[in-house]
Amino acid sequence: MSEQQNTRIGEARTPGESQTPGGPRTPGDHQTPGGSPGARSSGADTAASPSLWRRILSGSAGRNAGLVIALLVIVIVGAVTAGDTFTSVPNVLTILRQASIIGVISIGMTLVIIGGGIDLSVGSVMGLASVVATLAAIQDLASSLHWSVIAVIAIAVGVAAGFVNGIVVAYGKVAAFMATLAMLVAARGLAEILANRRTLTVKSRDFVDALNADILGVDILIWIFILVAVAGWLVLNRTTFGRRTVAIGGNREASRLAGIDVRRHTMYLYAITGLTAGIAAVMILGRTTAGTSTHGQLYELDAIAAVVVGGTLLVGGRGTITGTVFGVLIFATLTNVFVQNDLLSSVQAVTKGVIIVVAVLLQQRFAAPTSR
Amino acid sequence: MVNVDSGLLLDARGLQKSFAGVRALRDVSLEVRPGEVHCVLGQNGAGKSTLIKTLAGVHRPDAGEIVWLGERVEIADPQAAIELGIATMYQELDVVDGLTVAENIFLGHELATGGFTRRSEAAKQTRALMERLGHASISPHAEVGSLSAANKQIVSMARALSHDIRLVIMDEPSAVLDSEEVKNLFGVVRELTSEGIAVVYITHRLEEIRQIGDRITVIKDGRTMASGVALADAPTSELIKLMTGREVASVFPPPVPVPADGEPVLEVEGLSLHGVFSDVSFRVRAGEIVGLAGLVGSGRSEILETVYGARKASSGTVSVSGKRLPRGSVTAAVRAGVGLSPEERKSQGLVLSESIFVNVTLSSMARFARGGWLNERGERAAAREQIEALDLRPSDPDRPASTLSGGNQQKILLARWLVHGAGVLLLDEPTRGVDVGARAEIYALIRRLAAAGNAIVIVSSEIEEVLGLADVVLVVSDGRILATLPAHDIDEHGVLELVMKGTAA
Repeated sequence: MSEQQNTRIGEARTPGESQTPGGPRTPGDHQTPGGSPGARSSGADTAASPSLWRRILSGSAGRNAGLVIALLVIVIVGAVTAGDTFTSVPNVLTILRQASIIGVISIGMTLVIIGGGIDLSVGSVMGLASVVATLAAIQDLASSLHWSVIAVIAIAVGVAAGFVNGIVVAYGKVAAFMATLAMLVAARGLAEILANRRTLTVKSRDFVDALNADILGVDILIWIFILVAVAGWLVLNRTTFGRRTVAIGGNREASRLAGIDVRRHTMYLYAITGLTAGIAAVMILGRTTAGTSTHGQLYELDAIAAVVVGGTLLVGGRGTITGTVFGVLIFATLTNVFVQNDLLSSVQAVTKGVIIVVAVLLQQRFAAPTSR
Repeated sequence: MVNVDSGLLLDARGLQKSFAGVRALRDVSLEVRPGEVHCVLGQNGAGKSTLIKTLAGVHRPDAGEIVWLGERVEIADPQAAIELGIATMYQELDVVDGLTVAENIFLGHELATGGFTRRSEAAKQTRALMERLGHASISPHAEVGSLSAANKQIVSMARALSHDIRLVIMDEPSAVLDSEEVKNLFGVVRELTSEGIAVVYITHRLEEIRQIGDRITVIKDGRTMASGVALADAPTSELIKLMTGREVASVFPPPVPVPADGEPVLEVEGLSLHGVFSDVSFRVRAGEIVGLAGLVGSGRSEILETVYGARKASSGTVSVSGKRLPRGSVTAAVRAGVGLSPEERKSQGLVLSESIFVNVTLSSMARFARGGWLNERGERAAAREQIEALDLRPSDPDRPASTLSGGNQQKILLARWLVHGAGVLLLDEPTRGVDVGARAEIYALIRRLAAAGNAIVIVSSEIEEVLGLADVVLVVSDGRILATLPAHDIDEHGVLELVMKGTAA
């Protein structure tokens, strides 16, 4: 019995659309040459070669195509129902701006999930970082400090919290879900204590101005998202760190026995989600000009949803940054369509839920071919 | 009722079964009489497990017939086997730790009225079953997770008896038991047979067969070598001869003499792992192959994993080229040039979803990389070189590892360490799940690697494989090294005799 189960788990990570890092292939378009997804394992019956339709859909090109189609459908619905207001350049920038903060967090989340973990604390770490950074700026007479100090402090808080998560998960061997859930609660609490449940205004005008500037008509926040996404893609696809992340998520024990320092690597993965939470804190400080312990509430769930909808397997070992970016854009665009049509956010929540379930169902259906 | 003509409960004839071209059963027959203890003896890989699973309805035979109580039957699935009256106790106990004894026993056929379980009735019947098995002390309400392995086995047996069972198949039931518990188990077995229930007892411990068995069937290479021989008529040496002596000598390439003055590359001194093995010492020179021979559970694999640092030794030292390795650090061992090809290739060795080249360079990608940036071109080239050298198929380095055969997956692991430049190779079951043709290739490869100056330690449950490949053989039993001998001074028979004596003592 257990043998069968193992095989099935193994096969859930199928070769055909494995996120094989890089090479001369195009981003997010990793169709493994000749990789019939109906890979046969040791078992008796080799899968009949899957139909072309199935093969196309199960390749990651197919899955990304699915994401493109989903996004297009939402855009068309938006264009039809809300017309020019929806398709206008300012509105598109609004969508991207709203996607940017969750987007940055989702990039870190993608890496940690591919590596076989999860980080539930990103939202509250972001809140904590925003509070600490504003507090520090108030105390040290904002005028005498360069505005970037606020950013550095926020990011440092995020990274520190990430390292704590990483150490507890990797060396304390606490389940990632629990360790980061604890951090979720604790960081929020700490932020409340520090802020005394007040909203702290960012005094540094320079800081706010810097983050609300635009380059080539595109907001700084959007540029930050683009930069983080590109960096995430490079890390995942072009560095030994990314390769190890995929390997550890794909087979932790094999990676350990291959001589990879799995624990240290795992710790770094959580430091990275902490880093992205810190960057997100800087961004929200720029957008709202205030630090508060309530920043980032439920962001962890939005990020995880975007990652999963983007095709990353929750059990690790496979996923793409490109998919995550699409996932983020799909949700942001959807929100915008609902807002444009004056629909209740409750309706939006229901729709989101449906999208998540459908995405996971599709993933299971096409990602795990029934070769046995 | 029992077929009067033959008097047989079960008569399986000419069973054949292949998996992806590998023939696990070629021609196996098994005749079981009511109320007897019928032992099935065979080495690992002989086909015992496949035979059991065929009778239990897990596998369907490709050819051959199964006659049950005089009628030809098809055992389509495990449920069908139970309905016929065949219960199987697998080695890995299939009890649910979180449920109580009674809940486990009636799992799947709960005593219930209108969806509500009848707990007291279940408890009552459980108590009766436990009494029948001579273990009235096990409470129906005890949580199974809190029981010892031996008692879990009793629960598993009680579950079998909760159905109307005429045959119980036990797959190496003694493997997890100590000698007192084994005695207990035998008591239970006798209890069953006195009720007319037949027991098929799978083991490779000869001394147990002597104690409990009535008749014996010996299987080798998927064929029945002796069917239903009365144990009284079968001297031990005869049985060992039947189990062994496979004509494979020719597959092993001739050994290359190891220069006698070679410096030891790997030195293991007094290595112990608490409760598993103790005081293991050996050294391996460059170009030498040292083999660990012993039965399953003797501690062979654990020794290898501890040398590698995958388990943390409780005492003792491991040195590579005179430099001591820190305990329990795989990273340090790999850096020192030690490579392990683990026992479970798929779960411990490969990232199946990744390509051949990613798996080949898993331990050395940093060497190809510049400042952390991957150099996939270099990696692919290195992989391609190994693919050619090892004749790995398919030869496309981008093919996912999961699509390869067992033999080629093994080659990926060898390639990994060759690319890494490991000088010490620890090979755990290098031919498990590898078909016969590919085996010879793997053997030749291992020889070649030794000839190229690598120090190799090989572990295999197939004694002849160890003897055929190794220059020096360490006979391991119960976590101790019983003997260290040049391979040509001992044969399979001798090893088995040593091991049997060792465990009996």
